[in-house]
Amino acid sequence: MDSSSGQPEKPVVSRGLDNFFLDLYSIFQFIKRFFKEALRPPLEVREFIRQCYMVGYKSLALITMTGFITGLVFTKQSRPSLSEFGATSWLPSLIAIAVVRALAPLVTSLICAGKVGSSIGAELASMKVTEQIDAMEVSAINPFKYLVVTRVMATTVCIPILVCYTGLVAMLGSFLDIYMNEHTSFTTFFQNAFKNITFLDFGTTTMKGIIYGFTIGIVGCYQGWRASQGTQGVGKAANVSVVVSMFLIFLEEVVIVQVANSFR
Amino acid sequence: MKNFKPNIDWQDKVIKINDLYKSFDSNHVLRGISLDVHKGENIVVLGRSGTGKSVLIKIIVGLLSPDSGAVNVLGKEVPALSNPELRELRLKVGFCFQNGALYDSMTVGENLAFPLKRNTPGITRGKVKQMVETVLDAVGLSQTLHQMPSELSGGQRKRIGIARTLILRPDIMLYDEPTAGLDPITCTEINNLINEVQHRFNTTSIIITHDLTCAKVTGDNIVVMKEGRFIKRGPFDEVFESNDELIREFYDYNFIQ
Repeated sequence: MDSSSGQPEKPVVSRGLDNFFLDLYSIFQFIKRFFKEALRPPLEVREFIRQCYMVGYKSLALITMTGFITGLVFTKQSRPSLSEFGATSWLPSLIAIAVVRALAPLVTSLICAGKVGSSIGAELASMKVTEQIDAMEVSAINPFKYLVVTRVMATTVCIPILVCYTGLVAMLGSFLDIYMNEHTSFTTFFQNAFKNITFLDFGTTTMKGIIYGFTIGIVGCYQGWRASQGTQGVGKAANVSVVVSMFLIFLEEVVIVQVANSFR
Repeated sequence: MKNFKPNIDWQDKVIKINDLYKSFDSNHVLRGISLDVHKGENIVVLGRSGTGKSVLIKIIVGLLSPDSGAVNVLGKEVPALSNPELRELRLKVGFCFQNGALYDSMTVGENLAFPLKRNTPGITRGKVKQMVETVLDAVGLSQTLHQMPSELSGGQRKRIGIARTLILRPDIMLYDEPTAGLDPITCTEINNLINEVQHRFNTTSIIITHDLTCAKVTGDNIVVMKEGRFIKRGPFDEVFESNDELIREFYDYNFIQ
């Protein structure tokens, strides 16, 4: 805007496209600041542990339920197709590949985008509109380091752990269904399940967890940090955090799968 | 009125503002503000909503940057300070927000202890507890130590906000609309508290308000702001002898006798 004339500045291409690139630039600046602050000591250890508790421990019940149901339902849905070919013995292996490669990271990150991402977005936005972030700033406390760095680090650390946990719980759900129908023992089930899982699969899944965790944290914090317009802004920040995180997670999934497949 | 004589050092200017301009897009908020605040002085900035009063104190504490002009606080040029230097300065400048801006997730005690612990490495738990109790006592709210901000009234939140600022023992206090939205009795309590803070902690203050009672009770000097400029400065009675339309309007609305 031109402050001297009081006339709105003419957009370079169109107002929408200009705003898109301005947003992109400000996200880039936000991520750059995150790394700068994260690498500068001291680390806010207590707040980081508190955030890990909020992100990890507080999500366990929901993750356990959804992971278990995912494994159980996926097994039930796959059985009819495999039994047509008399190949139900492949079920553990099929489920393990699906769970480890795709279901565990996707289910976990989508649940966390909804639960953790919205909570981070709403919390920071509410702090922003009630001037609590400014209050930290004027108390000589670095609010970015205290609020943003700890939250993004917590999601980046906890979500890969939750992904592994979801994978295990989903396999237990699958085992329960297979045990009820095929009476396969626990040992046989897990031997069959993991014989086709490679280090690349585990590595890719962990990497996905880290990337999705970072995405959820950074999107939630960014939306909360730039919130305005009072309580309306709080709702908007929570909503946009979830939508953008989920969209980015699917985009990242496509890219990671392509990259991982090139190593197979 | 004050029941003590303020200890003002007229030789020592702790805040010096010269020809300050600030715009938000095409909205010119501050248009050439100049102001000197002396050590120990309570200055009240009076003006209607949207005249740039809060913007002025946010620039003083470095929350906003001016478009042009000089802001010197305790000998430091605020716009030129690096982040660590700004943090150092902020330890000496307390800012009381309009709604207290208390941290919702912490109790009153934790709200007060938080800035103290963060800015005093190695401070013992006992010392923190003692300082928290001292400032809570100073604002007359010792009983709220374990309460959450959501359990407090508007006036209590503002007092705790003041206590949280006082705990760092600042030289300068900036109050943003300290009596806005409060009943007359609580307003009187807050006004008395502002005076008590000046007397007990020997602070210099800028009080942003549109409440004439607050201005009269707490201000050693008043500046009146209109459309981003100061139009009058002086002691309360001198300012309100003016025939300026805005000043008369203010006076009439507030029914000051």
